[in-house]
Amino acid sequence: MLSIKNLHASIEGKEILKGINLEVKPGEVHAIMGPNGSGKSTLASVLAGREDYEVSSGEISFNGKDLLELEADERAKEGVFLAFQYPIEIPGVTTTNFMKTALNKIREHKGLEPLDAVSFLGMMKEKMKLVEIDQALLSRSLNEGFSGGEKKRNEIFQMAMLEPTLSILDETDSGLDIDALRIVANGVNKLKNDDNATIVVTHYQRLLDYIVPDFVHVLFNGKIVKTGGKELAHELEAKGYDWIKEEASIA
Amino acid sequence: MSKDDQILEEFASKEYEHGWTVDFEADSAPPGLNEDIVRFISAKKEEPEWLLEWRLKAYRNWRKMTEPKWANVHYPKPDFENIIYYSAPKPKDKPKSLDEVDPEMRKTFERLGISLTEQKRLTGVAVDAVMDSVSVGTTFKKQLAELGIIFCSFSEAVKEHPELVKKYIGSVVPSNDNFYAALNSAVFSDGSFCYIPKGVRCPVELSTYFRINAANTGQFERTLIVAEDDSYVSYLEGCTAPMRDENQLHAAVVEIYAAKNAEVKYSTVQNWYPGDKNGKGGIYNFVTKRGICAGDYAKISWTQVETGSAVTWKYPSCILKGDYSQGEFYSVAVTNNMQQADTGTKMIHIGKNTKSRIVSKGVSGGKSQNSYRGLVEIHKRAENSRNFSQCDSLLMGDKCGAHTFPYIEIKNKSSQVEHEATTSKIGEDQIFYCQQRGIDEESAVALIVNGYCKEVLNNLPMEFAVEAQKLLALTLEGSVG
Ligand SMILES: Nc1ncnc2c1ncn2[C@@H]1O[C@H](COP(=O)(O)OP(=O)(O)OP(=O)(O)O)[C@@H](O)[C@H]1O
Ligand SMILES: [Mg+2]
Repeated sequence: MLSIKNLHASIEGKEILKGINLEVKPGEVHAIMGPNGSGKSTLASVLAGREDYEVSSGEISFNGKDLLELEADERAKEGVFLAFQYPIEIPGVTTTNFMKTALNKIREHKGLEPLDAVSFLGMMKEKMKLVEIDQALLSRSLNEGFSGGEKKRNEIFQMAMLEPTLSILDETDSGLDIDALRIVANGVNKLKNDDNATIVVTHYQRLLDYIVPDFVHVLFNGKIVKTGGKELAHELEAKGYDWIKEEASIA
Repeated sequence: MSKDDQILEEFASKEYEHGWTVDFEADSAPPGLNEDIVRFISAKKEEPEWLLEWRLKAYRNWRKMTEPKWANVHYPKPDFENIIYYSAPKPKDKPKSLDEVDPEMRKTFERLGISLTEQKRLTGVAVDAVMDSVSVGTTFKKQLAELGIIFCSFSEAVKEHPELVKKYIGSVVPSNDNFYAALNSAVFSDGSFCYIPKGVRCPVELSTYFRINAANTGQFERTLIVAEDDSYVSYLEGCTAPMRDENQLHAAVVEIYAAKNAEVKYSTVQNWYPGDKNGKGGIYNFVTKRGICAGDYAKISWTQVETGSAVTWKYPSCILKGDYSQGEFYSVAVTNNMQQADTGTKMIHIGKNTKSRIVSKGVSGGKSQNSYRGLVEIHKRAENSRNFSQCDSLLMGDKCGAHTFPYIEIKNKSSQVEHEATTSKIGEDQIFYCQQRGIDEESAVALIVNGYCKEVLNNLPMEFAVEAQKLLALTLEGSVG
């Protein structure tokens, strides 16, 4: 589904991603871990099509399409979803209105009629249950004055609404309380099927107890320096990153 | 180049949607202005002597006046000798009912999305449509008449209700108030008149649509709204004009009189032709709008969405004379390309315990200039008066300008005046966030701007709000390539 080959990307002349290779197949969950500043969010942003980053070389193909050729909104329409590490506030626009606009844009792209009000509200109700989000929150200005946890939950609600094929969750667990973490993780799990895939960026093993990864990658200094199964996350939790850094510098 | 700058660069105008002209046989005055033209207009409209005298007096005053220069707008002075001051679409015979209105003209209004037919009954809007200088038909008249409400063209009011017109015309905006008000008083051709008797709540929104059609014509409509004690009315005004290379002048006057405990809501969606990308053509919109809360507990609320015109100069104001009276001004002004807007309000607190609220949202893109200019004046005897002003500017790039000129004059110590102002740039991260959800850049800009203006848009009557939102999106369209 997603194939990243030798991806190099920089911002303001500084190279952040230094040759990323990653293959994601339908039905898989990939976890990306790594120290602060190693380039995890950068990778997520480049996948989502943020223009501030310059891709100097490499390829990204997504379901046979050259992702780098597409605008950010076109990628979203093709099914790429990014749950932001720091969700953005849009004053005066409710989550409900935002989702209605987004959903209908995506439907239009697929050649579908816009959803009528009744079906839309029905869908909202169903997805609200999935992440146990409060109606009142959705009627407020998007992310404005939301608590850290509410913002993250709202991101997953949006993911549920848009039903993407590739979801990238950038530190969705940070800021969530213990119950919220379980609820949100369960939501993500319920949305999982054989045709979609998830990339979770996280610092903590805790989330991976709920969302069990098929692969764990360690990103360090702009490169994936180690890949393993779910037990790698446990090892990192116990030992930290120093041994990985050492291995990487020897190599 | 950052994305903001690109938006700015590519803030190309979407073709003006309402830009087409219709050929009617026009019955018009020769260009230029002198006493004979004033007499010609008055005679055409079969006006009484007193009104002709009133016009002539205004004309003589106007001759002595000079154009105001203080607004933050720059444009070549209109050639007043080259303007046609009266142009009536010439119907074969005067229509007696809506069914007889010239089908061409009705088609025109239908293209504008205004149906003059009784279909409007369903939407609950009574419409008076003014094209160039003449009012072409008023829906709902009979139903309104049963309540004692008068809603008709200004000319008709002069004929049918001269005592009311005589009593109130110029009572809020004197004919020598300012250069353009004086000009309007001399040559005004038509407009709407609305009278709500004591204790009556007008059950429908009253609405007027203006359209400039003929070339080189100025449009000088005059609106007068009188709300007697304990009455209520919501009034809507919309406008469009075809695309033309030359600048056309629009100098309207609106007067609102609100008696004791009366409430008048006046909403405008102004969409005159803004000129092309390079600033060629477009309407000069120099308008004087003012309301007086003459009685205690009266309330006047102005809501405006300004997206059109090459140059706008407009300050809908409230004179809060009655004790406990209230004035409100909610404004969205969007400028793009080469447009210039200098708009705001005046809140004149005279009565005790008067309250006013100003919410202004300026959105500028392209190389446009957008100024808020507002005056809050608290008179000596206006004890315990309050004003709150919020002026926000949103910039779509760095070649446009946003300016705020708040003037505050307080002569009473027990009063309270608050002013807040913000200026921000449309956020790249907001646009990216929208895009990441599948919303293209252009729609994202429209969505963000609509959200930004929500407080004002929420004040519009429902169906107008929808229209206004579409209009904002349209004005902002082409902002990305
Ligand atoms: N606009 C920018 N200008 C310069 N450097 C930047 C810019 N944006 C990001 N960087 C740098 O790129 C590097 C990678 O940042 P990124 O956000 O991808 O890290 P991360 O792995 O997500 O870290 P964290 O775990 O803290 O979220 C950091 O050193 C960061 O400072
Ligand atoms: Mg990060």
